[in-house]
Amino acid sequence: MAELLSLSEAVEKVVHDGDSVAFEGFTHLIPFAAAHEVIRQRRRDLTVIRLTPDVIFDQLIGAGCVRKLVFSWGGNPGVGSLHRFRDAVENDWPAPLELEEHSHAGMANRFAAGASNLPFAVLRGYVGTDLPARTPSIKPIECPFTGEQLTAVSALNPDVGVIHAQRADREGNVQLWGIVGVQKETVLASERSLVTVEEIVDELEPVPGAIVLPHWTVTCVAEAPNGAHPSYAQGYYDRDNEAYRAWDPIARDREKFQQWLEEICATEGANA
Amino acid sequence: MSEFSSDDFMTVAAARALRNGVTLFVGIGLPSTAANLARRTHAPDLVLIYESGCIGSKPTTLPLSIGDGELAVTADSVVSVPEIFNYWLQPGRIEVGFLGAAQIDRYANINTTVIGGDYDKPKVRLPGAGGAPEIAALCGEVIVIVRQNERTFREKVDFVTSVGYGDGPGSREKLGLPGKGPIKVITDLGVLEPDPETCELTMTQLHEGVDIEQAKEATAWDLKVADELATTGPPSAEELTALRDLLDTQKAAAA
Repeated sequence: MAELLSLSEAVEKVVHDGDSVAFEGFTHLIPFAAAHEVIRQRRRDLTVIRLTPDVIFDQLIGAGCVRKLVFSWGGNPGVGSLHRFRDAVENDWPAPLELEEHSHAGMANRFAAGASNLPFAVLRGYVGTDLPARTPSIKPIECPFTGEQLTAVSALNPDVGVIHAQRADREGNVQLWGIVGVQKETVLASERSLVTVEEIVDELEPVPGAIVLPHWTVTCVAEAPNGAHPSYAQGYYDRDNEAYRAWDPIARDREKFQQWLEEICATEGANA
Repeated sequence: MSEFSSDDFMTVAAARALRNGVTLFVGIGLPSTAANLARRTHAPDLVLIYESGCIGSKPTTLPLSIGDGELAVTADSVVSVPEIFNYWLQPGRIEVGFLGAAQIDRYANINTTVIGGDYDKPKVRLPGAGGAPEIAALCGEVIVIVRQNERTFREKVDFVTSVGYGDGPGSREKLGLPGKGPIKVITDLGVLEPDPETCELTMTQLHEGVDIEQAKEATAWDLKVADELATTGPPSAEELTALRDLLDTQKAAAA
């Protein structure tokens, strides 16, 4: 049964220095509040995993929490570059960043393989690109039935899977809907999991198309209203496109970023 | 109303290239703007498919990301990310893939990964692949929308993120890529299409008011030009009004 904890207790319990941590949520339901708590608790040497690093990983990378990034698209959607990510890759600031780079199709299949307890997934992908030469977790494979050449990608089984959802009940059953990305796969593939939610309710009312993660698949649940901001939580609040635009000048400038970092560290449990 | 920029011209030309009713895998940025313009003008039945898992989205505002809530609530169906790639893109169900590029070469190979230096220490670190490698491989055909200049139109791309025609004729077949590959590259200057024999991108159309020398100067390889060069007619009043309205919806949504 999932434990209901405060966000700071939950992060302390499941995220440790040196862990591999997947923070998922494809544009929607991005677990910003949980990442900010990881920054506040000064976790170090993390391998962070996510299809679309987005502003959330720009913040973790700039804050010095990250040793390695596993990803498939690292930009500020609709705005431009992730400048903290670029500064780390191009200038080793604040520290060198190791990359393991894939396509979305490859990453999605790696999570699905991890959730299925398979060592790898098979797809039609990457052929002819320069990615396999750079990424050891992509290999050609022959179909044992037809002899066709396909591509294998190794499974992802993170130490920790972190997602944000609309709500959970008091037993820790989790309900999410709208764009659901690879959140279910992330929780099922990970050794431990932390789900932040907009609200904890007495009873989960059915929602068409919703995913329910039973409480026995989740390590802990923490209530974090507005916890996906500046991304959005369908049914609760819209994407704050202005905040994504406002991130650009902060991230471009190391000093402005340091100011942001000090502010976030001083804000106990709140999600700015 | 008659005032328009070369970017407007590009967006309108790209929108015109989309046939009504086709299924379209839409990248964010320029492709998304052009696709939504097409839906508001001549192609109301265009089926917009986004890698966030939204199938058949009918947004009333122009989304900033490929996963804005507007795309989900107006979709025919919302599926998971493994599903959109495995069940929908991979089998070749989607007719047209619509992509942008940071660099493109004479065989329409696309780079969105790194520029300059080496991979580990690039001069510019770009966002990376996203859905593009598989979109370029597996959609029935591909349309690319990209501004034409010497930094972007390279003899060879610094990194092959998504394959166009590889090394030339026969490459896609040899690699086993089922889709036709890029059939059009639409720029702010005109349109390039692959030569049917050599697969080399050839300037086949110039936007009204653009000189062929401008296109040659904006291309880092020796640009081939079609014998009969067509001219793109300027954006109509209707197209421009629709484009302005569309861009206004994004501003309004942000306010």
